[in-house]
Amino acid sequence: MSELPGDLEYTEEHEWLRKEDDGTVTIGITDHAQSALGDLVYVELPEVGQEVESGGEMAVVESVKAASDVYAPISGEIVAVNDELADDPERINADPYGDGWIVRVKPTGDDANMMDSFAYQEFLDGLEE
Amino acid sequence: MGKRTPLYQTHVDAGAKIVDFGGWDMPLHYGSQLEEHQFVRSGAGVFDVSHMTVVDVSGSESMAFLQKLFANDVGRLKEKGKALYSCMLNDQGGVVDDLITYYLGPGRYRVVVNAATRDKDMAWINAEAASFDVEINERPGLAMMAVQGPKARELAATVIENQWRDAALALKPFYGLEAGELFIARTGYTGEDGWEIVLPEAMAVGYWQRFVDAGIRPCGLGARDTLRLEAGMNLYGSDMNETISPLEAGLGWTIAWDPADRNFNGRGPLTAMRESDSRQKFAGLLLEGKGVLRDHMRVVVEGLADGEITSGGFSPTLGRSIAMARLPAGDYGSAKVDVRGRMLDARVVKMPFVRNGKIQIEL
Repeated sequence: MSELPGDLEYTEEHEWLRKEDDGTVTIGITDHAQSALGDLVYVELPEVGQEVESGGEMAVVESVKAASDVYAPISGEIVAVNDELADDPERINADPYGDGWIVRVKPTGDDANMMDSFAYQEFLDGLEE
Repeated sequence: MGKRTPLYQTHVDAGAKIVDFGGWDMPLHYGSQLEEHQFVRSGAGVFDVSHMTVVDVSGSESMAFLQKLFANDVGRLKEKGKALYSCMLNDQGGVVDDLITYYLGPGRYRVVVNAATRDKDMAWINAEAASFDVEINERPGLAMMAVQGPKARELAATVIENQWRDAALALKPFYGLEAGELFIARTGYTGEDGWEIVLPEAMAVGYWQRFVDAGIRPCGLGARDTLRLEAGMNLYGSDMNETISPLEAGLGWTIAWDPADRNFNGRGPLTAMRESDSRQKFAGLLLEGKGVLRDHMRVVVEGLADGEITSGGFSPTLGRSIAMARLPAGDYGSAKVDVRGRMLDARVVKMPFVRNGKIQIEL
């Protein structure tokens, strides 16, 4: 099993967040999520400028197997989306923590309680039992 | 834990993602379903289909029995080894299962039915057999694998024993051959050339390994599903079931109406349905834009009743989403599909979408 990047935060919905220097937050789905979904074939992205609410629908990732909603882990404004995913959704499979990022959000509220890599690993281990 | 084929450990060792399929622990893929799909379209792949149920039928009334049991007519099978695709119907004309029958010789047939339907199939077959002089032999000790793709026969032939190789390569499409302990048939479920091979369980791992060593790539049930969808081949339980007749599932061609006095199960209700012009039709859908069509999505045709997608997904060969659907009767070339709340345009097309590596519809 691949090691989880230590500089990211994680949610129980298998999303990762990276706090950028400019105060924005980059969001994607974890390696566990892409592996469970299988090869991705389509990603539906939000519009730049759109407001998202923590827990609300933010994007849809569709694999050969199923469609899966990606929920916003924080509230804020979408400031960038990964347009490359439109033609190449498999980037999420190949590099979930890098080229496979999904959106960048300018947060408007406080942080919800995210997990660090150790807590998320424990959470994953718990799922396998 | 589900039931396991003799190749289970081989799949696990190869890194397969294992999923439940009709009570069996089967490989979904070995890393990438899309790659496995492309491999079968352009090269060769091998599938473990040992979960499928092999049933041998013998006895003096075998032919008469199967002529009542199946909507297609085994009386058409005159040459040894010839295969026939058919539906097995209930008395209402609904589909109990779809299957392939091979004619092995006078009074001998081999029938291959689906895994998930095994229990009800065997109950139905045995009950129907009671009034005929036939012996029904389920063969749980047999494994089955499918080598599929444009290079499948050529590569797999290197693994077949010398004495059977030429005869195996000489098989015409939809013929099978008893080759010692192996049964080799030029059939499949991918829209590509290839063989399906039935063999004793104890030989399964050895043959699988030799196929892989010969350059045939292990493929999971995920790729099998997208391949059969592109090929326009029905999946039991999705595209037809006990309440759906072959006429509503695009399988009218598998019903042998002649001779008129062959009184197969479901013939009466099916005849009435055949004469009705309001029955639903079965066709392919091509999504015009981006998105993915999925099973059970609602199809809307303007001015007509709603239809339903029976099998939908992403077509790796087309790079677009495709589906099979039951649609209202009528002549029209387009429809809308309710894709997660959005009404998206789809074109109604004639299947198959892909056959022998080539796209069969206009994109």
